[in-house]
Amino acid sequence: MRPVSVLALTGAAAVSLSLLSACGGDGGKADAAGAVPVTATDDTCEVAKTDLSAGKTTFKVANKGSKVNEFEVLKSDGKILAERENIGPGTTVDFVVNLPAGQYRLLCSAGQTGKGPSQNITVSGGSASGDARLGKAAADYRAFVIVQLDDTIAKTRTFVDAVKANDVEKAKELYAPSRVGWETIEPVAEKFGDIDPKVDAREADLKPEEKKDWSGWHLLEKALWKDGSVKGKEKYGDRLLKDLDVLKSRLPGLTLDPVNDMAGGAKELLDEVATGKVTGEEEAFSHTDLVDFKANVDGAKKIYELLKPVVQERDAQLAGDLDDNFAKVEALLKKHEKGDGYVSYDKVGEGDRKELADAVNALGEPLSKLAGAVAK
Amino acid sequence: MTRTRSGMSRRRMLGFSGASLLAGAAAGAGLDRVALAEGDEDAGAAVAFHGAHQAGIATPVQDRLHFAAFDVTTGDRGRLVRMLREWTAAAAAMTAGRPVGDGAVGGPPVAPPDDTGEALGLPPSRLTLTIGFGPTLFEKDGEDRFGLRARRPAALVDLPHFPGDNLDPARSGGDIAVQACADDPQVAVHAVRNLARIGFGTVAVRWSQLGFGKTSSTTPDAQTPRNLFGFKDGTHNIGFDDTASLDQHVWAGKGDGAGWMAGGSYLVARRIRMHIETWDRTSLREQEDIFGRSKGEGAPVGERKERDRPVLARMKPDSHVRLAHPDSNHGMRILRRGYSFTDGTDGLGRLDAGLFFVAFQRDPRTGFIPIQKSLATDALNEYIQHVGSGVYACPPGVREGGYWGDTLFA
Repeated sequence: MRPVSVLALTGAAAVSLSLLSACGGDGGKADAAGAVPVTATDDTCEVAKTDLSAGKTTFKVANKGSKVNEFEVLKSDGKILAERENIGPGTTVDFVVNLPAGQYRLLCSAGQTGKGPSQNITVSGGSASGDARLGKAAADYRAFVIVQLDDTIAKTRTFVDAVKANDVEKAKELYAPSRVGWETIEPVAEKFGDIDPKVDAREADLKPEEKKDWSGWHLLEKALWKDGSVKGKEKYGDRLLKDLDVLKSRLPGLTLDPVNDMAGGAKELLDEVATGKVTGEEEAFSHTDLVDFKANVDGAKKIYELLKPVVQERDAQLAGDLDDNFAKVEALLKKHEKGDGYVSYDKVGEGDRKELADAVNALGEPLSKLAGAVAK
Repeated sequence: MTRTRSGMSRRRMLGFSGASLLAGAAAGAGLDRVALAEGDEDAGAAVAFHGAHQAGIATPVQDRLHFAAFDVTTGDRGRLVRMLREWTAAAAAMTAGRPVGDGAVGGPPVAPPDDTGEALGLPPSRLTLTIGFGPTLFEKDGEDRFGLRARRPAALVDLPHFPGDNLDPARSGGDIAVQACADDPQVAVHAVRNLARIGFGTVAVRWSQLGFGKTSSTTPDAQTPRNLFGFKDGTHNIGFDDTASLDQHVWAGKGDGAGWMAGGSYLVARRIRMHIETWDRTSLREQEDIFGRSKGEGAPVGERKERDRPVLARMKPDSHVRLAHPDSNHGMRILRRGYSFTDGTDGLGRLDAGLFFVAFQRDPRTGFIPIQKSLATDALNEYIQHVGSGVYACPPGVREGGYWGDTLFA
């Protein structure tokens, strides 16, 4: 999982504040850059412009209330098209959404409860063919996410069976494969902020007061590899399955947008590799980091392939760079294959780790440009 | 930016405290401003990027260094050239004090900014970026990687093993080197960081070195800075405006062999670890004997002033100045541009400090190599160890519309 660091949050706030000062004093319909100002307080949600043109729209959401706010774009059937969470009091964020023509409801939720004041808007006109392709990419990705989650749940079930039988050898064998589906779609799973810490928290990332509630894969990993026994840990197996089922039950309400969730998610997957896997921090006891590594890369590649027709058209050089660098990372991973999986990461020497890190940087850099290309 | 806090200003201040009692009398609140008034070379200004020679060689030495060596990770020559073009555009912008690409802010909000932003609001700080190509770019493990083997200059030799060398391969070599010098360390680091970022997928950083204080000057009337042994070394350096000496000793000529290098220069970098603790236990007399200069003034043995002409015969046969002096090396000179470094401490509690030696010359075979051979008996060797090394062919300067290395890749 990705620990929500204080640094990241303050960083976001600092950026927002500078945007605020740079663009203060609007009041017009849309600001000079074409963004639509939205002013949220704890009990109001004012949208400066309610008739919009179809296509890419930037909402400049200012939270002037006292609680952390969340901004949602709801389709006419009530489902979420896109949402932006964690808008701190006194901050302003730019939130880009690709809006097809139709009726929408914009909702500001102080306290991030999913409820709050809202404003109806009408989006009309233009339907670029690119939108249709992106819409299809998003639908296909959603289907992919469901398949991966089902896979992880099925494999976790057999893993948990072995845990409950205290069959340590078998459980060790099934541990890494049970995580593959999860790691492939990790950024989507992380959208549900409450599930990720329950199933994928690393002990080293917990605050002292959180340790007593620690659960999930890595707790079982530590028991299997460090303690050599999972006796008494049966309940954690059950809880892991239950948490994954909760995640599954939420998928029907999930919409994924191509820019933030897909392209942004692909970038996050590579960030996961760069900060957690290449360093060997993710699987501190089992050293199965390369299995997660591959799953993260596969997840990013799936997203890229779905978006590729659009990327190819808008930035052919970027598409070429991504093709090259996915191939390089995959070739490099192949060197470390062993049986159905990979060699233990503690057996991967410094030179090989440097090589992997270089390849991850080489892929991560162009991948960070994917969102910009898709949003063009 | 607070110029008065820069190393240069402080060194200046110390430098003339002996010469000018007036400066001492101004002690207190005004001291820094006195130092600044003495003037450095308009520290915030920009150094021209384009020209016949690359900047950062004859340019008056800036206060700070970030040196980075890269390995090329692609086998695709076209891709390498594309990166060199992108680097050139970024270098031209950054040396002028402008951000890379669309800047650090103002680009699309869903995309990461082109520029990393930490130099926003800082003046150009005399940033220079100087590129060089290592022997392995032309040929590595017998492989002609980019069709350049035949263009490798004879002067770009692999440096021989020198007695006492203890080179760490992880701190040596590299296919491409970039020397970033600036009067503000953040400006130098920003430049290397952004080039590394642009380079991902084409090159990977092999090693890099920060230098915090210049140890030589190419400005003849300026104070020679001290190295971490506390001595002024490199007094007799080639001046930035000494065109005749630059042409004779620094710039590669048209008839030197590799035509594409005409107007370029060869860079030798050596990471020289100093055994600081044992040096500090050495008596003043021995320290001065080892260098062949007085510690306070920097005067050669038997002379009064730093710039008095050294009489080598008066010095001990193994003294550093005597062995390194052009008179002991067939009149050969090199342009030194080294920096002191301290990378914290090692596992034994000793300062990991020393001199990151950088020298430019017309041909290492008549420059650094024979001089370094002369230093085989240097008394200083007891207190130093060469732990990193690199040699690079720095092409001539970039013309408007050109790119780094265009004479090589054309």
